[in-house]
Amino acid sequence: MSSLDDIKQMFFLECDELLEALNDGLTDIEASLTSGALDPEVINAVFRNVHSIKGGAASFGLDALVRFSHAFETVLDRMRSGTLTPDEASIRVLHRCADHLSDLVTAGRADESPDIAASGPLLDQLGVLNDIGAVPVAPEPEPEPDQQNDAAPEVPEDTGLSFAPLALGIDLAEPQDQESARRFEVVFTPTESLFATGHDPVHLFRELAALGDLSIKAETDLLPSLEDVTPNIPYLRWRLELEGEASEEDIREVFEFVDGLAELDLAASVANTPPQRENSSPISLGCDGDVIPMQSAPVDGATDPSPETSVHETPGKASDQPVAATKAPKSTVRVDLDLVDSLINIVGELVINQSVLTQSFSEANVANRADIGNSLDEYKSLALQIQDSVMSLRAQSVKQLFQRMARIVRETSAVAGKAVVFETDGEDTEIDKTVIERLIEPLTHILRNAIDHGLETGEDRERLGKPTRGVVRLSATHRSGRVLIEVTDDGAGINRARVFDIAVGKGIVNANAQLSDAEVDRLLFMPGFSTKEAVTDLSGRGVGMDVVRSAIQKLGGRISINSTPGRGTTLSISLPLTLAVLDGMVVDVAGQTMVVPITAVVETIRPTPEDLHHIGASTQVIKVRETLVPIVDLGVAFGYRRGAVPFTDLVLLLIETEQGERWALALDRIIDQRQVVIKSLEGNYGHVPGVAAATILGDGKIALIIDPEETARMAERDPAGLLELAVAGE
Amino acid sequence: MSEHADPNGTSSRELVSFAIGDQDFCMDIMLVREIRGWTNVTMLPHAPSYILGVINLRGAVVPIVDLASRLGLPPLEPTSRHVIIIAVLGDQTVGFLVSAVSDILGAQPSEIQPPPRIASDPTAGFIEGVIASDERMLRILNLASVLPRIQMPETA
Repeated sequence: MSSLDDIKQMFFLECDELLEALNDGLTDIEASLTSGALDPEVINAVFRNVHSIKGGAASFGLDALVRFSHAFETVLDRMRSGTLTPDEASIRVLHRCADHLSDLVTAGRADESPDIAASGPLLDQLGVLNDIGAVPVAPEPEPEPDQQNDAAPEVPEDTGLSFAPLALGIDLAEPQDQESARRFEVVFTPTESLFATGHDPVHLFRELAALGDLSIKAETDLLPSLEDVTPNIPYLRWRLELEGEASEEDIREVFEFVDGLAELDLAASVANTPPQRENSSPISLGCDGDVIPMQSAPVDGATDPSPETSVHETPGKASDQPVAATKAPKSTVRVDLDLVDSLINIVGELVINQSVLTQSFSEANVANRADIGNSLDEYKSLALQIQDSVMSLRAQSVKQLFQRMARIVRETSAVAGKAVVFETDGEDTEIDKTVIERLIEPLTHILRNAIDHGLETGEDRERLGKPTRGVVRLSATHRSGRVLIEVTDDGAGINRARVFDIAVGKGIVNANAQLSDAEVDRLLFMPGFSTKEAVTDLSGRGVGMDVVRSAIQKLGGRISINSTPGRGTTLSISLPLTLAVLDGMVVDVAGQTMVVPITAVVETIRPTPEDLHHIGASTQVIKVRETLVPIVDLGVAFGYRRGAVPFTDLVLLLIETEQGERWALALDRIIDQRQVVIKSLEGNYGHVPGVAAATILGDGKIALIIDPEETARMAERDPAGLLELAVAGE
Repeated sequence: MSEHADPNGTSSRELVSFAIGDQDFCMDIMLVREIRGWTNVTMLPHAPSYILGVINLRGAVVPIVDLASRLGLPPLEPTSRHVIIIAVLGDQTVGFLVSAVSDILGAQPSEIQPPPRIASDPTAGFIEGVIASDERMLRILNLASVLPRIQMPETA
C-alpha cells in the first residue's frame, strides 16, 4: 500500500470521527431549539467538522464531496455568523445533508462513483437556506471571518479556530480597538513533533511578518549545557511581537498548521498601552479586554486527534480551562485490531497460567507457606484486572451505532409519513466492537418495525389524545455483566387478538390453544410471522422478527418483548459484553470435559423411568410437561462411548433451537458453571461437527464447546453415531 | 559437486531427524517451531484415526497427528517419553507425535535421492526424498501431503 493510500485511509478514519461529531452537533443544535440555549461553539464545531472533510476531500480529488461540503459549509457559516437562525426545518435539511455527506464519504472510501443525483435536491435546499434572511440578525456582526471565507474558502487553515472568544462576551470592549493598530505578543514553543513532521518555524515567522511589524526574539534560557543536549529535543522558544492591523484570527491562522505541535501563547494589547506582563497568563481576563483568552482546547480536539493539543502555556491542562464550553473529548490512539486481539490472547494465557500455578501450588503440599499463597492471590487479582482492562480495549461506545439508527429513524419516518421524536440514552455504553457491528441489522429492523407497525399515524394519535409525534426511544445500559438495549415506542402496542388470529391462520398455533399474553407476544418471533398484511416498503420484506431473534441469539444474546395495548411496546435485548467469553456449563460427557453454552439451555432434568419412552429401536424421548422431547446421548453422538447407558443415570439438558424445536442432551454430570474464553478450532484444524469452538480450562486442558443445535441435528440424522466411521475412513 | 543441480533451487538443507518406531525420518528445520514432551490431549469427536486430539499450546488449540498411523506404520502408544514436534505449515500450526528426535543435520542436494517408486506402500506418497548414509536411511517427509487440510464437511 502506497503512503498516499495510507494517508487516504487516515483521512477516511478521521471522516468517521468528524461525521460523528457533526451528527452530535446537529443533535445539540436541534435540542437547543426547545431549550433555547444554543452554544455558539456548537455551531462553530459543526462548521469545522464539515470544513475539515472538505479540506481533506479536496486534497484527494473527491470532487463531489468537496462540492457538496462546500454548499453545506456555506449554510453553516451563515448560521455561525448569526445571519441564519436555525429552526426545525433547516435542522432537518442539515441532518439529511449530514447523512448524504456520510454517503459521499462512504462512496469515496470504496472508490465508487458518488450518488450525485441525490446531491441535487439537497443542494437546492441548501441554496434556499442560504437565501433566507438577508438582514443580519446578530447583534454584532464580525467582519473578519466572513472576509476570510470569501477570500479563501478552499484553504483548510481558515477553519477559524478562534471564534469562540469573540462570542464569549469579551468582545464588548473590543470595538474601539478593532480599528486601531494592535499589538500582539506571541510566545511560540515548538515541540519535538513539530520538527519531526517537517515544519520550520522560519516559514511561520515569515508569514507572520507579512501581517505587520514583527520583532522576533529567540529565548535560549531553556538551552542546557552542551553535554546535556539531546539532539532531537527542541530547547528554543521565540517571543514574537507583532504590531499592525492583523487580528487575532489572522495570527492564529498562521499557526494553524502546527496546531498541537507547538505551544502558543497569544496575548493582545492595545498598541499605546505598554505591555504590562512579561508572561501574561491567558486565563486572566482583564476587564478592559486586553487579554483575550485562547479558545478552549477541546474544540481543537474535534479537528485534531492529537492528544497533546494544547494552546496554552500550561501543557495538558486543556480541560481545566474555565472557558471550556463543550465536553472535553477523550484523547485516543488508533490501534490495529489484530494487535488488540493478540494482546487479549496473551492475557488469556496469563490467566490460565495463573490458575495452573494455583492448582500446582495446592497439589505441592506447601500449604503452610502463607507467603506463597498471598502472592498467588495477588497474582490472580492482577491477572484478572489485566484481563478486564484488555477486554475493554475491544469495547466501543454504542454512539456511532445510535447515530446510524437515528438516520434509519429519520428515513423511515419520512417514508412512513409519521412524525417521530427519536430519543437515545446511554450512548456511552461500551460493547465489543464485533457485537456492535452485528447489531446494526437487527436494530434497523426493530426500529423500522417500531415506526411502521408500532406507531399510529398522526391523525390516529390525535384522535386518541396522544401527542401527534410518536416517540421512539433507544437506550443502552450495563446490567449485571451484560448490556441491555431497549427499543421503546409509545404506539398502539401489540394487538394480541390479531397476532393470535394470524398465527392460527398460518398454522403456527392451534386455534384452541390458550396462550398467555407473553406467549402471544412471543409468537411474533416465530419464523414466517409478519403481522402487516400489506408488505410495506420499510419492514416486512418477507423476513420477520425471527431473523432478529436468531441474529441476537448468535451473539449470545436474548430478546424479549413487552407491550401494553394503547401505550406502546418495548423490545429488550440482553447481550454479553464480549464475544471472546461465554457463559458455559462445564459438563462431563463419558469422561470428557465439555462446555455447553448456557444461553441454549432451558432447564436441566433428572429423568425418572416414568418420563422416558422408547420410540423405535434407538430413539428415546422424555415427557416434559406434556410434550415429548427426543433425547440425544452426547457420549454416543461424539463417539466417546459406544454402548448406551440408561438415561436414568444421566442428566438431561433441555435445549431449544431458534425454530422452537426442543431436544434433551444426555450427559454424565454437570461440573460447574463459569465464563470460558472462546478459542477457535478452525484455525489449526477445521470444523468439528457438533462443536462450536474450544476453550482452555483452569488446569490448562482444552475442553470443547458444544454447539447444541448442530449436535442435535447430527444425531437426528445419525442416531447411532455412525458418522464417525464414515469420516474416519476419509 | 554443483549446488545448482538441486531441483528445488535451494542449496544445502537443514533437516531435523527423528524416529518413528524403528524407522528414521526427517523434516525441514524451517518448518519446526518447537519440540516438546507428550502431554495428554483432548479427544476430538469424528476425527480421522491419526488425529490424536488437541493440546493447548500457549493459548492456541493445536491438533496432534500420530505420524506413525498417518504413514501406515503401527500406531504409537504415547507415553511421557514420546515427543511432539510442533510445525508451522502455512497458517496452520500442527503437532506431530514421534518416538524421539535424533539430531539436526545438513544435507547437500546431491545427497538427496528421489524416493524409490513403491506405489503400493502407503508411506511412499509422503516421502519427498531419501538420504542414505553409511548405516541408516533417512526419509524426508513432505509435511504438506502428510497433512491435507483437515476440513470436515459442514454438516449441512
